[in-house]
Amino acid sequence: MSTTVTWREIDLGGSVAGGTSEKYKTGNWRVEKPVIDYEKCVRCLICWLYCPEPAIIRKGNEVKIDYDYCKGCGICAEECPKKAITMVPEEI
Amino acid sequence: MMAEALARQHRIALTGNDAVAYAVKQANVDVISAYPITPQTFVVETLSRYVNDGELNAKYINVESEHSALSAVIGASLAGARTFTATASQGLAYMWEALYAASGLRLPIVMALAARALSAPINIHNDHSDFFGMRDAGWIMFNGEEAQETYDLTIMAFKIAEDPRVLLPVVVSYDGFIVSHAITNFYALNDDVVKEFLGVRTTGPKIDPDNPRSYGVLALQDSYFEFKRQQYEAMENARQVIQEVFKKYGEISGRNYRPLKEYMTSDAETCIVAMGSTVGTARHAVKNLREKGEKVGVVGILQYRPWPVKEAEQLFSRFKRIIVMEKVMSPGARAGPVYEDITATLYPNYNVKMIDFIYGLGGRDIPAQGVIDIYKRGKELADKGKTDKAYFYGVRGE
Repeated sequence: MSTTVTWREIDLGGSVAGGTSEKYKTGNWRVEKPVIDYEKCVRCLICWLYCPEPAIIRKGNEVKIDYDYCKGCGICAEECPKKAITMVPEEI
Repeated sequence: MMAEALARQHRIALTGNDAVAYAVKQANVDVISAYPITPQTFVVETLSRYVNDGELNAKYINVESEHSALSAVIGASLAGARTFTATASQGLAYMWEALYAASGLRLPIVMALAARALSAPINIHNDHSDFFGMRDAGWIMFNGEEAQETYDLTIMAFKIAEDPRVLLPVVVSYDGFIVSHAITNFYALNDDVVKEFLGVRTTGPKIDPDNPRSYGVLALQDSYFEFKRQQYEAMENARQVIQEVFKKYGEISGRNYRPLKEYMTSDAETCIVAMGSTVGTARHAVKNLREKGEKVGVVGILQYRPWPVKEAEQLFSRFKRIIVMEKVMSPGARAGPVYEDITATLYPNYNVKMIDFIYGLGGRDIPAQGVIDIYKRGKELADKGKTDKAYFYGVRGE
């Protein structure tokens, strides 16, 4: 949303063209960030299934955290059967 | 009535509820969703019969609550459908958050409200507590005095709501039981006349898979205020649109509506203000008072939101005394909502003495003698300058 749009031009009834959630980066909500230890990871994809955002990107059996959108909820770390994900405090 | 106007309509005897259902059928709505509640139930029962019997080609959605009823209609309206729902009292209270969603999303939904008291204690009879409860929800608000007005307003509601300058939901209220259940004669437009007057809905939001958009988005500090400011303007635009629709409808039907209904006001020193079925009772009382030489008139409120500011200013500044009768209480306020609307309209240039009476809560009957009593007491209080609070009429112990 451009902050220059006035009430006269703004779209009707709070509707907007699609795709806005992609522009809305929620990564800075995070207090702790999940870090994957790929030595321990067995590529079971459970973290990818459980991520509510979804901020775990999957390519084949490989997973990667998308820090632009990860809110740091910690569900992936909680669910990982191999304890391969650690929540690390964000530095300010 | 002019012969041409008569040829466009037919005389019919229905309850107020069935008059609404009849209007909705003629408006050829696409989607109806509602949950039964006294005294509105017959509206949606009759509509479901119309749908079942093939008289109305609409989708009738049964739901488990009023919150769902309005939500279903919101979804259908977003899809581009002409939609209708009806409710009363607790049902309207249960719709509360969806009321704001309907107006904020700028959906031309029409809703009937058979006005009824709110719990506690539980009561099924008429007052205007539910109606005034939705005052700030951003809906256009009309009140029909009897079946004729209610029928006409329901037809016009679709035209007003769907005007591209407006795109706001409209509620048409009428007094529970007194109007909703009383069978009266009225003129209904012929089906083809309504069809031509309303056409099909072509305006407003319309979900289109080929042009995907997000509706009901999150709008925070950077944009929420702009959306709300635009919504406010739609209500301002509605003033002009309502005037145009009233005029066009008058040309077709011979019934010319105005936001404020006047009776014997031209030389009146005192004005009684009322809403709903009480307006007719007040006219009868005023007729009697006039025979005894009292210079009194009646103003009935047909259009409550948008509040007809200019009309109210011109009209109410003429009187020496205004006695407002309100079938609602606003505990802790200076007076009732209509009293406050009138004083705010006249401020700061007024010398009129204004008295507010709360009456008829929970369906407590108001006969013509009651209006005469209110007039006499109100006039005396006004002349003594005792305008500092709202008064009660018809409650034991007062």
